[in-house]
Amino acid sequence: MEYAVEIKNLSKDYETGFLKKTKVRALDDLTLNVRPGQIFGFLGGNGAGKTTTIKTLMRLQFPTAGSAKILGCDISDVQMHTRIGYCPENPYFYDYLTARELMDYFGELFGYDKATRKTKGEELLTVVGIEEKDWKRQLRKYSKGMLQRVGLAQSLINDPEIVFMDEPMSGLDPVGRREIRELIAGLREKGVTVFMSTHILSDIEALCDEVAILRNGKLAASGTLNELLAKDEAHRMLEIAVQGVAADAIREQIEFVAGATVVVAPNGAIIQILDESDIDAVLAVTRTAGGNLISIQPVKQSLEELFVKETKD
Amino acid sequence: MAAEGLRFPSRILTISKNAFREAVRDRILYNLILFVLLITASAVFLGELSAGQEARVIVNLGLSSTLIFGAFISIFVGVSLVWKEIEKRTVYSIFSKPVGRGEFIVGKYLGLCGTLFVNVAVMGVGVSLALLYVQGGSLVLQIWPTVALIFLELTILTAVAIMFSSFSTPALSALLTFFIFVIGHFSSSLRDLAQQMGSATARVVFDAIYYILPNLSHFSFITESSNGMTPPPAMIGGSLLYALIYDVILLTITVVIFNRRNFK
Repeated sequence: MEYAVEIKNLSKDYETGFLKKTKVRALDDLTLNVRPGQIFGFLGGNGAGKTTTIKTLMRLQFPTAGSAKILGCDISDVQMHTRIGYCPENPYFYDYLTARELMDYFGELFGYDKATRKTKGEELLTVVGIEEKDWKRQLRKYSKGMLQRVGLAQSLINDPEIVFMDEPMSGLDPVGRREIRELIAGLREKGVTVFMSTHILSDIEALCDEVAILRNGKLAASGTLNELLAKDEAHRMLEIAVQGVAADAIREQIEFVAGATVVVAPNGAIIQILDESDIDAVLAVTRTAGGNLISIQPVKQSLEELFVKETKD
Repeated sequence: MAAEGLRFPSRILTISKNAFREAVRDRILYNLILFVLLITASAVFLGELSAGQEARVIVNLGLSSTLIFGAFISIFVGVSLVWKEIEKRTVYSIFSKPVGRGEFIVGKYLGLCGTLFVNVAVMGVGVSLALLYVQGGSLVLQIWPTVALIFLELTILTAVAIMFSSFSTPALSALLTFFIFVIGHFSSSLRDLAQQMGSATARVVFDAIYYILPNLSHFSFITESSNGMTPPPAMIGGSLLYALIYDVILLTITVVIFNRRNFK
């Protein structure tokens, strides 16, 4: 299978200092594959190397070691950029241009004729929520949220097969975030691959098929959300909620079940067990004590817990 | 379906058109207003001060101003042309498109050259009108080859400014470009002086300066123009070739440097 993005042993060092230069490793032997047609979430704390990775893929920086391919082409291939889109973090554009002129300019770089540029530009500005009255305003008069929307619009001007988005929700209000989330989900429906870095975990949970978590420039974890959330042994527990019985009343009787814990809950107790085969024994104890079963469900760690765990030194 | 992308020369043209638009929106051409005021004042008042010499003074003053105003634009806009794109991170969006770094540099350079062309041409028209006003009509056609030489000189100065700005700060780039502008006008005289002095070291140093730095005295014909002379065709052809070769060399160096840059 041809991956949409293939990153192999990618490393990037920055030099700091003026006279005595020291090297700081921003990206360390990163290997990553992104399947086509999915929304790929790229997570990590500040300075983890997310933006460095995206900038390297966009040939804004040169890797110290390793290689990367986008849509089967080496990242140094300029022509490959006809098939991709990029929305930078806090996008900056020529502020002397209006939104319409910017779309026209970028459309021209892709070789579209004037009529197509006009149609596409207006269509995309509408899709990202820029009102027609603002199309003729210079970008220097735009708010951060509006610039973010223009950034998204320009990244789609060439109907890309893959879009790289660096913090696409940054600067957007809750309504704006929801609109852009729907836009990104719509891209997946059209078969567009989205490579998205973000700090907003709810967006990742709502949108992403797969995620990768970076820590200090290294890949800390990757896979589908379900895989990652169920990966930890401690989080394969089952949670049995019962009512009509006090936690203290059953705690001693459940001690024989290895690894079981009993905690107090409103009108009853919650029993956590590690092994599915212990369910019957636990239920027998609670019934004997006069309790009723409410629910049995697997305990899932939240993405936030996972994020904190994987990004903590 | 994804776009096919523009072919190489068209992308350069698109970038240069935008660079020209940037100069216009940044009000670079407003210097023309100052120039028009200067040349109008000269036409009106100089006649009274310099009996019979109005036309000569207007050509001298007008063309010198054209060179100085143009040099200011070349230096100050030239040094910030690429630097500003990096500082404001506008290059991020550009290089995610199918645009080569060399195309970007050449496009920006041609955009500024286009601005200078308009600037120099309008100033040339201003001087011509002032000449007509003081009945110096015979000089009107003669000044234009000199105006063309000024433009060629400015293309070199712009290329120097862009080259410095590809690896240095705008302030330092402006200073270095200004030195090149000054030395470029005197390198020929300095070399002659060194030959007469007889010191071997001085000869080597000033020979090196003469051959390495652009010799801008090739483009100086303002004083001669004010005396009613026209640059000979060989001089114009030679200067055109010299400017073209120099521009290509400087832009090649700039592209080589720019191709290695990381944008943090």
